[in-house]
Amino acid sequence: MTRPQPHSQPEPRSGSRSGAAAPPPAAALPGAVLSLRGISKNFGGVRALSDVSLDVRPHEVLAVVGDNGAGKSTLAGVIAGAYRPDAGQLLLDGRPVVLGSPAVARSLGIAAVFQDLALCHNLDVVENLFLAHEPTRGGFLDEVAMERKAWELLGQLGTSVPSVRLPVRELSGGQRQVVAVARALLGSPRVVVLDEPTAALGIRQTAEVLNLVERLRERGHAVVLISHQAADLQAVADRFVVLRLGRVGGELDAASVGYEDLLAAMTGASRPGGRKPR
Amino acid sequence: MTPVPAPPSSRAPYPAASAFDSDAPFARLPRLLRRLPDRELGMLPIIGALVLIWAVFGIINPAFLSAENLVNLTLQSAPTGVIALGVVLVLLAGQIDLSVGSVSGLAASVVAVTTVLWEWPIGLGIVLALSVGVVVGLTYGLLATRLGLPSFVLTLAGLMVLAGVQLRVLGSRGSINLPFESWLVDFAQQGFLSPAAAWSLVAAVIAVVAAVQLLERSRRARAELPRASLARVLLRVGGLAALLGGTVAYLGTARGIGYPVVLFLSLVAIVDVLLRRTRWGRSVRAVGGDRRSAMLAGVAVRRVTVSCFVACSTFAALGGVLAAGRLAAANQGTGGAETYLTAIAAAVIGGTSLFGGRGSAWSALTGVLVITSISSGLTLLNLDTASRYIVTGLVLVLALTADTLLRAPRSR
Ligand SMILES: Nc1ncnc2c1ncn2[C@@H]1O[C@H](COP(=O)(O)OP(=O)(O)O)[C@@H](O)[C@H]1O
Ligand SMILES: [Mg+2]
Repeated sequence: MTRPQPHSQPEPRSGSRSGAAAPPPAAALPGAVLSLRGISKNFGGVRALSDVSLDVRPHEVLAVVGDNGAGKSTLAGVIAGAYRPDAGQLLLDGRPVVLGSPAVARSLGIAAVFQDLALCHNLDVVENLFLAHEPTRGGFLDEVAMERKAWELLGQLGTSVPSVRLPVRELSGGQRQVVAVARALLGSPRVVVLDEPTAALGIRQTAEVLNLVERLRERGHAVVLISHQAADLQAVADRFVVLRLGRVGGELDAASVGYEDLLAAMTGASRPGGRKPR
Repeated sequence: MTPVPAPPSSRAPYPAASAFDSDAPFARLPRLLRRLPDRELGMLPIIGALVLIWAVFGIINPAFLSAENLVNLTLQSAPTGVIALGVVLVLLAGQIDLSVGSVSGLAASVVAVTTVLWEWPIGLGIVLALSVGVVVGLTYGLLATRLGLPSFVLTLAGLMVLAGVQLRVLGSRGSINLPFESWLVDFAQQGFLSPAAAWSLVAAVIAVVAAVQLLERSRRARAELPRASLARVLLRVGGLAALLGGTVAYLGTARGIGYPVVLFLSLVAIVDVLLRRTRWGRSVRAVGGDRRSAMLAGVAVRRVTVSCFVACSTFAALGGVLAAGRLAAANQGTGGAETYLTAIAAAVIGGTSLFGGRGSAWSALTGVLVITSISSGLTLLNLDTASRYIVTGLVLVLALTADTLLRAPRSR
């Protein structure tokens, strides 16, 4: 039976297309893997994103911070192909792309760990890791290859999942988080989006995830790290983009920014360098 | 793509295979139980229930366990079982199809009308009947995925529409008898495996299962993955051999294994392999478990959902064709309320969840055996239809309770 989930159904809706004829967006920043130009997204009457532009480079952690409801998860959805923007463009290596579905985004090298992890709780760890990308052997699933690769991946992430044949339902929150991250890393994506990866975690696990983010950067991934807890990200972020009420409320360099500046930009209390909040 | 260099592995990435093949049998038992996959553990309660039902009816009336009665029971089960197999698929995908009875009735009527009134060759009539199933499933699938119509009410509407179409197709006559010499009737009523064929089939099945299990085991060993112990593989194959051999031997003392039964069992086995060993099967379970997560992972949710609706309606049509052959007739009552209630109840009683994502093809077999056994047993006791409905309904409540309790850890 279909379970109605009107709010969380991320299938692309045809919103107002009027914005599609917006002025030609600016060119991508040189060296950027992924650039967003003038992205807007409405949900009915709610304007979740409005004219958002940003760039991510390889070997870089871009932290996107903002208060609850600022549009961070919507942004993650747009980058990961779960939402189609109503206006604006996505550029991959400077070329415009249309991410019609998460599968398309993935095939272009963009992987996401969604805020709710988007795991199927009735499937086991291996099944979740390879869902929709299973290797086959003579038309049948190659369980041996999958299981080997699963142990390898989870070993790299340094976790202690008791068995890769355990349904995800039976894992702890931290273990699920790792499974979701491992899945995102599976095809060696160039861009990894992590939406609130530490929200459900304790202090030690948070440190582990941030550690992982640093390793991703070292490997050359471009990481978009989303959080409403700006303080957590200061250790790992290279740059900050502050979202406020669906708009970019400022772009700040991690080296020079203080926590108060971030907080001010998130709440709109003052106007630090970068774009003006409206 | 940025290649991801594998970091130096500081520790053994997977548990040593020997941990699984440990020699202490008692220390191993609890772990073995825990590691039993859902599929095997999930079958235990329903098989227990079946044994209990048979024991009770057998004690009350030994005729129930006679080979002849059991042969009848299997023949009776086959058409409904095929329909239930389709229901298992839609349930797994998180949908439901209430109209399987109407589809089967319509398919039976199509076969009867085309062959008797229009004098088509019966093969052509069957193809048309199955095509009706495909079209119905496609319609449901597209309406459910494109417009997002809830399948519960959508297929309820389909149930009424198709029941009406069935009446129209049958016309004023209301009932059409199939000629006894048609091969469909012969297949459904008189077709039985010869003992030689039955035993060769059993031998072939056991050989294939054993070969697959052993091959898989050695592949896992080579990949240094935990694997089932040899004893366990032998136990599994031996158990299967005993079950199949015992069935063939006992039923063979009467008429044996009917062709429709062979067809049903083959379909169950094929669907089981598709569900467990192919990407399609995995995506069906993913879609049924969590539609949104499956979509975000890249599963073609709509296509998978449509495929399940199509498979369900086609199996329903096939079930109707088999029923027409078995009764050598199609009438206004063919595929009535009892058919779909029984088929859906069978899928759930067999252990396929109404909530989607959990179940197995074998639940169509076990579920339909439970329901048919109850109805056959009560009939032997000269109890009427009323008590049959009541008992079957109560068993369904039991199955539903088990289903809901199994789901509980997640939803509360
Ligand atoms: N699927 C949706 N349907 C309708 N409104 C939505 C949907 N997703 C998000 N919104 C709305 O868009 C705004 C931004 O939400 P979100 O991106 O989840 O914010 P954040 O992740 O920063 O907390 C909120 O007002 C929220 O209610
Ligand atoms: Mg969010």
